[in-house]
Amino acid sequence: MAETAVTAEPDAGTTPAAIAARHGLTVAGARPGLGAYARQLWAYRHFISAYANARVIAQFSTAKLGRIWQVLTPITNALVYYLIFGIILKADGGEPNFIGYLCAGVFIFTFTSSVVTAGIQAISGNLGIIRALHFPRASLPLALAMVQFQHLVASMLVLAGIMLVTGEPLTFEWLLVLPALLLQSVFNAGLALAMARLGAKLTDLRQVMPFILRTWMYASAVLYPVTLFKDHLPPWAADLLELNPLLVYIELMRHAMMSEVSLSSPIGQIWALAAGWALLVGAGGFIYFWRGEQEYGRG
Amino acid sequence: MAEQTAAAAATAATTATGERIPTVIVDDVHIVYRVHGAGTPGTGTPVAGLRRLLTGKRAPQVTEVHAVKGVSFTAYRGEAIGLIGSNGSGKSTILRAVAGLLPVERGAIFTQGQPSLLGVNAALQNDLSGERNVALGCLAMGMSPEEVRKRTPEIVQFSGINDRGNFSALPMRTYSSGMSARLRFSIAAAKKHDVLLIDEALATGDARFRRRSEGRVRELRAEAGTVFLVSHAIGTIKTTCERTIWLESGVIRADGPTAEVCREYEAYMNK
Repeated sequence: MAETAVTAEPDAGTTPAAIAARHGLTVAGARPGLGAYARQLWAYRHFISAYANARVIAQFSTAKLGRIWQVLTPITNALVYYLIFGIILKADGGEPNFIGYLCAGVFIFTFTSSVVTAGIQAISGNLGIIRALHFPRASLPLALAMVQFQHLVASMLVLAGIMLVTGEPLTFEWLLVLPALLLQSVFNAGLALAMARLGAKLTDLRQVMPFILRTWMYASAVLYPVTLFKDHLPPWAADLLELNPLLVYIELMRHAMMSEVSLSSPIGQIWALAAGWALLVGAGGFIYFWRGEQEYGRG
Repeated sequence: MAEQTAAAAATAATTATGERIPTVIVDDVHIVYRVHGAGTPGTGTPVAGLRRLLTGKRAPQVTEVHAVKGVSFTAYRGEAIGLIGSNGSGKSTILRAVAGLLPVERGAIFTQGQPSLLGVNAALQNDLSGERNVALGCLAMGMSPEEVRKRTPEIVQFSGINDRGNFSALPMRTYSSGMSARLRFSIAAAKKHDVLLIDEALATGDARFRRRSEGRVRELRAEAGTVFLVSHAIGTIKTTCERTIWLESGVIRADGPTAEVCREYEAYMNK
């Protein structure tokens, strides 16, 4: 009945809005619903992976050694840390395998920090393609998170080598690396999406981010044993730092690959935190990015 | 009630057959640019920025540019419409709003499907080869990987970038501006668009490519699409568009058959 009333309206079809509605025209640049947006994004999965691969290739296209750098970079990193902490400072902080401890921390931290750095520029650095072509904009930060995942896979191979060389036994516990990386990847994807929207609006963020990331690194017990927090900080601050998502993901990796390692909390609690952070940041970042969909590329 | 519905359907049918099918409706649109940080000298220095931080004052005045002032028109299926006007008259702004890339201040724009804007500043990935850019562009337009594999040679062929050596395998940063503009046009023109917006993109190609692309624009129109063309080359407008809209300072001065509007426009420009 209501339908008839609308179509039988004598004035229908005189205003531009009514003509548009009659011919099925939609408002230019309107935002799709959350479900429709997720479906669009799924339809663009080939674009996302092609874009990620293209970025990896472009990144090394001017280097003579090309993609070998994907493995050389983490090896060089590990060597530098070995030189400083292993040979010069002879620091071990009470850890039986400090080099393995250090490298696990550095590689896992780098995974998230480079996603943050890349995510900030996902929109502002790709205005050309955004203004030229129509696709769900979330494709860009997700592709950049995928690029970093490719780098991480190379780093993990190096890390496995370091662990074996430093005397860690190869056990079935190493399989826990896979769910840990999966959770961190979901966390990173959400973070990339959130950072992309923030970076598109707040252009100053790019200048501030290195300082935030460095602070985050010191709060994640990358360069020193996690027991330092309990020894030097007031209890409430140490408790708060145990919630730090990056500390959580780093500890999961250390726990999976190393036989003797000190952790901040019981391992069950760490896994729960890791899943919670992945869910919260993954879903939150997606919704936050989607809400700004029609703004990207404007101005 | 059944009668009523039938009657409504009948009237809808008669109006539908009586009038052409609109693809873009622009209804009394105003567009305002807000430029931050422009304006009085001395507000952009670090000291001034620090003072603003300390005193908690808002950013310096925002300069408003009223680029489009109350434009209305309707475009129909199968039309090619030229947009002309002097520099800064709001032609490109209107196109970007139709493409949904710029918000309107007042009024509304309705479009059929998703219009595609093809402009000269539509940069792809400069570090990648032309061929990879074609694949990326096609995937970004929503083609399937099989379709992309099938279409890529056609697109490279159409762009003519391989006329002098195997340029499609070289990174795009090695291309001349004309070559990359040709490749961009070829990518965008590979897909059937309901509404295609072309912003000066044909101007950079050489004479042979311009002829070829004008032919492609005619084909796109024949596929029941609508094409908008912004150009300062009146010749291009005359050969491709039968309707022309003349914008001046954000207001429509004339909207009608190309020959008439162009005559008026040329008389105005030669004054």
